[in-house]
Amino acid sequence: MRVKFTVNGREQQADDVWEGESLLYVLRERMGLPGSKNACEQGECGSCTVRLDGVPVCSCLVAAGQAEGREIVTVEGLADYAEQRAQHGGCATGACGAGTSVDAAQRWQAKPAGADGQTGEQVKLSPIQRAFIDAGAVQCGFCTPGLLVAADELLERNAQPSDADIREALSGNLCRCTGYEKILDAVRLAAARGDAQTTGTGA
Amino acid sequence: MSGVTRTPTHLTQGGTTDAGIGASTLRPDGTLKVTGEFAYSSDLWHEDMLWGFTLRSTVAHAEIVSIDTSEALAQSGVYAVLTYDDLPTEVKNYGLEIQDTPVLAHGKVRHHGEPVALVAADHPETARRAAAKIKVEYAELPVVTDEESATREGAPLVHENRTDDHAGHVPHPNIVHRQPIVRGDAEAAARRADVIVTGEYVFGMQDQAFLGPESGLAVPAEDGGVDLYVATQWLHSDLRQIAPVLGLPEDKVRMTLSGVGGAFGGREDLSMQIHGCLLALRTGKPVKIVYNRFESFFGHVHRHPARLWYEHGATKDGKLTHMKCRIVLDGGAYASASPAVVGNASSLSVGPYVVEDVDIEAIALYTNNPPCGAMRGFGAVQACFAYEAQMDKLAKKLGMDPVEFRQLNAMEQGTLLPTGQVVDSPAPVAELLRRVKAMPLPPENQWETTEGADVRALPGGLSNTTHGEDVVRGIGYAVGIKNVGFSEGFDDYSTARVRMEVVGGVPVATVHTAMAEVGQGGVTVHAQIARTELGVDQVTIHPADTRVGSAGSTSASRQTYVTGGAVKNACEHVREQVLELGRRKFGTYHPAWATAELLLEGGKVVTDGGEVLADVADVLEDEAIDLELEWRHRPTEPFDLRTGQGNGHVQYSFAAHRAVVEVDTALGLVKVVELACAQDVGKALNPLSVIGQIQGGTTQGLGVAVMEEIIVDPKTAKVRNPSFTDYLIPTILDTPTIPVDVLELADEHAPYGLRGIGEAPTLSSTPAVLAAIRNATGLELNRTPVRPEHLTGT
Ligand code: FES
Ligand code: FES
Repeated sequence: MRVKFTVNGREQQADDVWEGESLLYVLRERMGLPGSKNACEQGECGSCTVRLDGVPVCSCLVAAGQAEGREIVTVEGLADYAEQRAQHGGCATGACGAGTSVDAAQRWQAKPAGADGQTGEQVKLSPIQRAFIDAGAVQCGFCTPGLLVAADELLERNAQPSDADIREALSGNLCRCTGYEKILDAVRLAAARGDAQTTGTGA
Repeated sequence: MSGVTRTPTHLTQGGTTDAGIGASTLRPDGTLKVTGEFAYSSDLWHEDMLWGFTLRSTVAHAEIVSIDTSEALAQSGVYAVLTYDDLPTEVKNYGLEIQDTPVLAHGKVRHHGEPVALVAADHPETARRAAAKIKVEYAELPVVTDEESATREGAPLVHENRTDDHAGHVPHPNIVHRQPIVRGDAEAAARRADVIVTGEYVFGMQDQAFLGPESGLAVPAEDGGVDLYVATQWLHSDLRQIAPVLGLPEDKVRMTLSGVGGAFGGREDLSMQIHGCLLALRTGKPVKIVYNRFESFFGHVHRHPARLWYEHGATKDGKLTHMKCRIVLDGGAYASASPAVVGNASSLSVGPYVVEDVDIEAIALYTNNPPCGAMRGFGAVQACFAYEAQMDKLAKKLGMDPVEFRQLNAMEQGTLLPTGQVVDSPAPVAELLRRVKAMPLPPENQWETTEGADVRALPGGLSNTTHGEDVVRGIGYAVGIKNVGFSEGFDDYSTARVRMEVVGGVPVATVHTAMAEVGQGGVTVHAQIARTELGVDQVTIHPADTRVGSAGSTSASRQTYVTGGAVKNACEHVREQVLELGRRKFGTYHPAWATAELLLEGGKVVTDGGEVLADVADVLEDEAIDLELEWRHRPTEPFDLRTGQGNGHVQYSFAAHRAVVEVDTALGLVKVVELACAQDVGKALNPLSVIGQIQGGTTQGLGVAVMEEIIVDPKTAKVRNPSFTDYLIPTILDTPTIPVDVLELADEHAPYGLRGIGEAPTLSSTPAVLAAIRNATGLELNRTPVRPEHLTGT
């Protein structure tokens, strides 16, 4: 069968797709986008997480046919996606708030929800890829693409996540190398930088 | 290689020379990894490539009566179906220490999931479906699954006619290897004991569960050889095992490391390497094999499950008198690294304590269970679980504080090990315990918020099983000792090639080694060493391949020590040649060229007093200095097979943990609230990576304490849970905060004084969690992982 969809802002088409081929397989093997990872292909590890019409999904559990006519964002498109989002108010690149150190971010605390009148729409851009590198959240990196997509979506929804929020949002993404602490640091760092950008009180 | 569109690339990182050793320099591959561009072994792609698939045995022990591949071969899209009969040479087995593992089963299968046949097809699903059409007729045989069934009279032999080196020393052919250690007189010492405690401990079968599945791409070459791109821990060890089976000289099997998604010991043995090459050579086309998660559980060896019997005695003032132990490791159907695991388990069975009178025996069995081999901690993990439980038992019986009791018996520099070896570098065991105990404790009732209980912080989490009623807290401590590097006389060397030249007017260094970067950060450290030694800003890391000499394995916490040492050594020789060139060119202009200690810093030749003598660019001009050198640490020697005496180890690594847990005693659910660690790293070459390694190792130890176990049916020896649905590894919700206190006491024998770090934190984390659960519940708990039924008595 033929499947048409938009991947990272570009119209794509795949021919001769088998019924039962997953979106993950089509992205990796037919589109040449192997950024989304194949660690379990059972929906258990989150390494294959992509945004499907904005919603994070395990692309290994989505039949390619289900993606017909829909919008997909993979880790390869994350920077562009973040930039687009930034144009609606926020930070466009990792440069913003880059003065916040990991140490400062470790001490950073989420403000109580709604304290400064922020709503879900006024999301801050999160320089999440930069933060993963800076915080040392990447070891083998196999879990990283899925975590980035999930963490970016978390920060889009909730610019001030508490540690418990971060843990809850990333609980579907396994990482075998890091012990997660530095992944928490990375998300805190991205949040703190976003925070520094808006409030002008960077550490 | 033309046609391969995704392959490993050179990693170049600019930086300043203060991004040298000791700095938390960022990974040179970080950007590639966060953008999805880094080519892992499962991402490789070649025009016109085929997909390989492995048919695996559905039974654990059987004669193969017949294999019929005709229907599979007839499928459209199928290019080859191979069985044992298609192997090209007389060499049909491989293995790390004993060549007992068949490339494809012949005559017999010995464990569930053993490879039986291979298929290559134009789509992975075609290959899978074709494999399902291969008809294998099995005549099942009785299985041996534990010591009792494996060594009783008339037990089926897993390997009928053993000829390996160990066969003559073992009491039964179903025992792979045996290592006793006898020192002093344990019986006499036992008579001095005021208290004696004994215990039987069971350690479950843990899996490495690295995320990147076993995978690789084999590309047939015009010269009749093959180019293999693969995720592994040791390219040259693979090569040594692959080439003979293919009937090729080693120089016709060219191997390049592709991106590795974690390893933890699980990639020490071969998985798809030979299979991919066989299919590529047969079909004349590139063949890619990627295991799915189910297959990955059969595609690599696991951590040896173990049974351990211990007896310790102590005087009433708290001094250990003696230790006796017997450790039985289940090695499964093939030897893999079992002999070395036995050596470690026995020689480290006493832990980081002073005990002069010991009677120790460790064995590994051949059974029809899944093969077991290397995993982070390698034999020391199982022993640590048992001896730390024993320390708590003794302390309790003596009415002493468990940490003080340990400190009283802690080894230190100069202590004699049961093997007769003297520990000749710092061994700050008591200090690590002191530090981990001194860390602030997490708040009590940490789940309480102003709005009530945050269930996410309670045992059971979002399942909302409790709001704090029936929840009790416990605290536990443990400490461990792990050897660094390959022991028992192994020639544990590494090789590095370093090139220095001027590019665009500035000196740059290229580091080429065969070291497998599996996520640990070796590439970062190599660049740091080159910056420090050569005073350059820009360092390029060449992809790891077999065109340079062996780097040894990325395991045993040895790579920064040994390959880091090799890079340092090569850099020093390159530096010497740069200076020699400088002396020849400019020596007459300044006396310091001949008299002063000279260094390379910031692209300049400087005296140790800081005076600049020349630009390195002017010294080198268009010359390049390019050296490949081997480097060795101090030699070790084998343990005596009867007494266990010998200077078997190179270096030791120590870590201590404190675990804080909360247990819902009604439901038997455990929440690990905090797992603090103190570790001596000798010298932190990259503090950020060091802490990342310690936290990762700690988490794997937590996993085996409360959830991780491969369950093998004791009647059929079949694996029951080969999936991430049923084999659980800790998620971010299961993993607490892991504060780390890093101690740096230099080991004068090691490069920069460093100490291998990757494994030690995996040892003590498990017994610390168990001790905390015992402390919370008052239960005995002698097995891992702890399950709800063990806590509720149901
Ligand atoms: S690969 Fe999709 S969830 Fe694991
Ligand atoms: S799985 Fe390796 S970094 Fe997360």
